[in-house]
Amino acid sequence: MQKNTPAERLYNGIIAENPTFSLMLGMCPTLAVTTSGINGIGMGLTTTVILTASNMLISMLRKVIPDKVRVPAFIVIVASFVTIVQFLLQGFIPSLNAALGIYIPLIVVNCIILGRAESYASKNKVVASIFDGIGMGLGFTLSITILGLIREFIGAGTLFNVDILGGIGYEPVSIFILAPGAFLVLAFLAALQNKFKVGAAKRGIDPSNPTTCGEGCASCGNIMCKGRSGK
Amino acid sequence: MSDLMNVSSSPHVRSKVNTSNLMLMVVIALLPASLFGVYNFGIHALLVILVCVAACVLTEFLYNKGMKKDQTIGDYSAVVTGILLALNMPPAIPLWIPVLGSVFAILVVKQLFGGLGQNFMNPALAGRCFLMISFTGKMTDFTLPSGGFGNVVVDAVTAATPLANVKSGEGTVDVMSMFVGNIQGTIGETSVIAILIGAAFLLFMKVIDLRIPLTYIGSFTVFIAIYSMAARGGLDMNFIAAHLCGGGLMLGAWFMATDYVTTPITKNGQLVYGCLLGIVTAVFRLFGGSAEGVSYAIIFCNLLIPLIERVTIPTALGKGGQKS
Repeated sequence: MQKNTPAERLYNGIIAENPTFSLMLGMCPTLAVTTSGINGIGMGLTTTVILTASNMLISMLRKVIPDKVRVPAFIVIVASFVTIVQFLLQGFIPSLNAALGIYIPLIVVNCIILGRAESYASKNKVVASIFDGIGMGLGFTLSITILGLIREFIGAGTLFNVDILGGIGYEPVSIFILAPGAFLVLAFLAALQNKFKVGAAKRGIDPSNPTTCGEGCASCGNIMCKGRSGK
Repeated sequence: MSDLMNVSSSPHVRSKVNTSNLMLMVVIALLPASLFGVYNFGIHALLVILVCVAACVLTEFLYNKGMKKDQTIGDYSAVVTGILLALNMPPAIPLWIPVLGSVFAILVVKQLFGGLGQNFMNPALAGRCFLMISFTGKMTDFTLPSGGFGNVVVDAVTAATPLANVKSGEGTVDVMSMFVGNIQGTIGETSVIAILIGAAFLLFMKVIDLRIPLTYIGSFTVFIAIYSMAARGGLDMNFIAAHLCGGGLMLGAWFMATDYVTTPITKNGQLVYGCLLGIVTAVFRLFGGSAEGVSYAIIFCNLLIPLIERVTIPTALGKGGQKS
């Protein structure tokens, strides 16, 4: 796939470099707000909007921002968008705002957003950066929604607040909507995706010869690869 | 003649002790407490024990089968985990809850970390804490003992444990019946006598030594005594004795804090570990939200073991003068 095209950026964000399961970024909201599927979608989409907007603006200003003060500049840009989005949520979806609470202002320091600003948007063109933001945001949304749904299903017997298992006398295992459940489910999902990704990497690439990887080690999901530490 | 000619490299004297007969001895040592639990709470308690053991062994069997690993159920460690988990269950628990706890204990805590010897915390206690957090109501629903292999306990009266009474300051606490075990509590924790008989057997067979249990119970007693003097105006012997005999302290100190895998390997480390356990348990019991704190104290201290081992590692022979 050609690099830096919109489609490649979307694929990269959702599958190849999924921020939650591959990059392991943004763990704080991932663990804290995924007590239900609705919260997952809400948090994910909020982050997507902010990520896309900040990626766009940072990419536009990438030649203006001096290198030495780039991080404060990024933070100011991200914080502005977070403030706007928080006001919009308070005005139009107060219930979601109440459910996510402190984690909305904390998006300012979400490492996915700063990470993409630093490693992608500040070095690439505007359109590619926008799609990078959308891809990463959707990847984040998808993973934390799945996480939220699994926790909600086991821990409360519901899916998107619709009662599924309550009718058959299911006793919710409430540890799953508490903090330990977040770690458990995240670990199982990460292990599952590693199994498929590492398996695919093993089939396609010779681990002893990492030069055939092409994309470089950063984008490679193969944790077993011998070339990883040396490079 | 051929015996005399037999030449081999060392070791020449081998111990007969192996994992499976060690674990079998633990199973035997747990029998008094289990039998007393069944006697005290009736046939449902026996069912809980059997279900836990079966679920633990089956989970390990299926995991090894599914993952194409060597079969390890022959070392009886899953049986021990099952019995310990069952002894930590309230007697009237619906049977599916211990099954869930067993699967969690064996699958998540033990096998996923690499099986026996690799688990970073006591599987049985992790299973119990998993259930405590998930089903708090059912896990703290203690029925009064029926006594003498009595009726099914489902209809029995539920009441607060003596330890909860000590904490809330309500109701009377009879230390003697707490010592014998004729009180409400989990299946295996009520009778101090039965637990001590099992512990004496383990000590006699040199399966465990006194380091961890004694420092655990000792530091716990000291802490409780200090608390008693500071907060209750003087040494209240009844209060101290109730804390020693009540709850899971004895079961935890003799059978779960001494689990080989989840204790420090250094001798000094074991002393540190025991003292830490006593203090943490006392803090949880006296200042925590619930009356009991042994399970959380033990798995919490399990997590500190690598640190304890790091600071108590003995100097190797010949390295005495070396300062690093």
